[in-house]
Amino acid sequence: MKNFLQKIPEQVKRLSILLLVVVIVFIVATSLLTPKDFGLVGHYRAGAIQNNADKKMQYAGQEACADCHDDIWKTKNAGYHKNLSCEVCHGPSANHVNEPDQFKPDKPRDRVFCPVCHEYNTSRPTGFPQILSASHNPRRICVTCHNPHNPTPPQTPKECSACHAEISNAKSVSSHMDIPCTKCHEASEKHKLHPREYLPTKPANREFCGQCHSQDAKGDKFIPRINMTTHEPRYVCWQCHYPHLPEAQ
Amino acid sequence: MENNIIGTSKKVERRNFLKKIAILALAPIAFGFLGATDKLKTIKKWMLANGYIPSNHKWGMGIDINKCIGCGRCAVACKNENNVPKEPFFFRTWVERYRIYEDGDVQVDSPNGSIDGFDNTRTTNQKMLRSFFVPKICNHCDNPPCVQVCPVGATFKGEDGVVLVDSDYCVGCRYCIQACPYGARFLHPETHTAEKCTFCYHRIVQDKLPACVEACPTQARVFGELNKKSSPLVRFLRMNKIGILKPSLNTEPKVYYSNLDMEVR
Repeated sequence: MKNFLQKIPEQVKRLSILLLVVVIVFIVATSLLTPKDFGLVGHYRAGAIQNNADKKMQYAGQEACADCHDDIWKTKNAGYHKNLSCEVCHGPSANHVNEPDQFKPDKPRDRVFCPVCHEYNTSRPTGFPQILSASHNPRRICVTCHNPHNPTPPQTPKECSACHAEISNAKSVSSHMDIPCTKCHEASEKHKLHPREYLPTKPANREFCGQCHSQDAKGDKFIPRINMTTHEPRYVCWQCHYPHLPEAQ
Repeated sequence: MENNIIGTSKKVERRNFLKKIAILALAPIAFGFLGATDKLKTIKKWMLANGYIPSNHKWGMGIDINKCIGCGRCAVACKNENNVPKEPFFFRTWVERYRIYEDGDVQVDSPNGSIDGFDNTRTTNQKMLRSFFVPKICNHCDNPPCVQVCPVGATFKGEDGVVLVDSDYCVGCRYCIQACPYGARFLHPETHTAEKCTFCYHRIVQDKLPACVEACPTQARVFGELNKKSSPLVRFLRMNKIGILKPSLNTEPKVYYSNLDMEVR
């Protein structure tokens, strides 16, 4: 054994001592510096999940509101705004749930807040109720006519334009401007409450347009007439003509 | 000569030799097995202080583009809930407006992340072909590039599939911000650590919905479990045609879009 040790060159001995020291320092340092829960469930500090979970909630959730304000809750859930959570309009209210007297939620009452959703915008999906706030009773705040918890319009929308503004705008400058929507579409009352579940009817065949536009149709003589048998018989009318603006190419 | 004598006197019997070899070979396997079961136990047991067990869940989100009205209430709710800086370049979630014109031009904008709404004024005279809003959020990838690049293990995918940031561990090197193909991360201007959507982790561990889902007035966002049949998200996935963002990157997002347009990046 002694013989063997003597045979190792001096520099190798010193280097190996150094290596040993480095390894020991590394092991001690990692065991001291790595948190205990690192690698417990994965290559991360398990406590970080707890840290993320410990943050304070700001939005209480609409179930919390229902505990005290069950009357308003019922009204809201029966109307158009049934899908809205209370805190969409009233702001984050977890504080109010914990200490109802000290913290009061927001009550937006100006003409700025409602148009955030209901101002007319070309990118909004059709059928969503939209207004042009510049021309829709300017200077009057929304809540004087509309109850935000049951936002039925003061009168049931006389016009389909309340929701279908884009179509109605197009129709209003077309030669079809005087034709009421109900002439072509049959919409049940339920369509106003559940617009997507109860869709209005649409004309189904060429003969429908032919009621006015065929050669033997009754009516004013300035209505353009076509020969129903020779005029593109393989197509339905609205494949080429946009019924709400028939002048458009 | 000497070697030869030693060799014969310390002769090992073949039977003993094989026994020892067998024990030596089995020992590490047995130890390894013991260690593995031990580790398995700790994983199964690990839970949060309120009894939430991450490995029992797998969260995801569904977004219906046809329902989004671009009101920006989600972005507002997110900022309120998570104390995101109010300046207009820090967002955990935001809404983009896509405008596609007849000549094939695509315009994408998101003024203040949709918080102030979108105005209708146009800068071009091109004719509009179609237009819609797309809510964006961290996709909580199943194969997250941001986690791969983190040099200190400060961002990770938990057992419930939520990608989180350990802000105590984060050194603020911004590799993850570079790596995220969805632009969902930012560096917090005060703490100088990476920040991102956590699916409102503090809410979902208490069975509450994330703030953006809670605030969405048209139910364009759906949140739920991915591997429980009764969850609203699974219903959403069953009833809709689903697309994901940048499928070519194989990040396997857990945010699913329905009615996704091909121009959406």
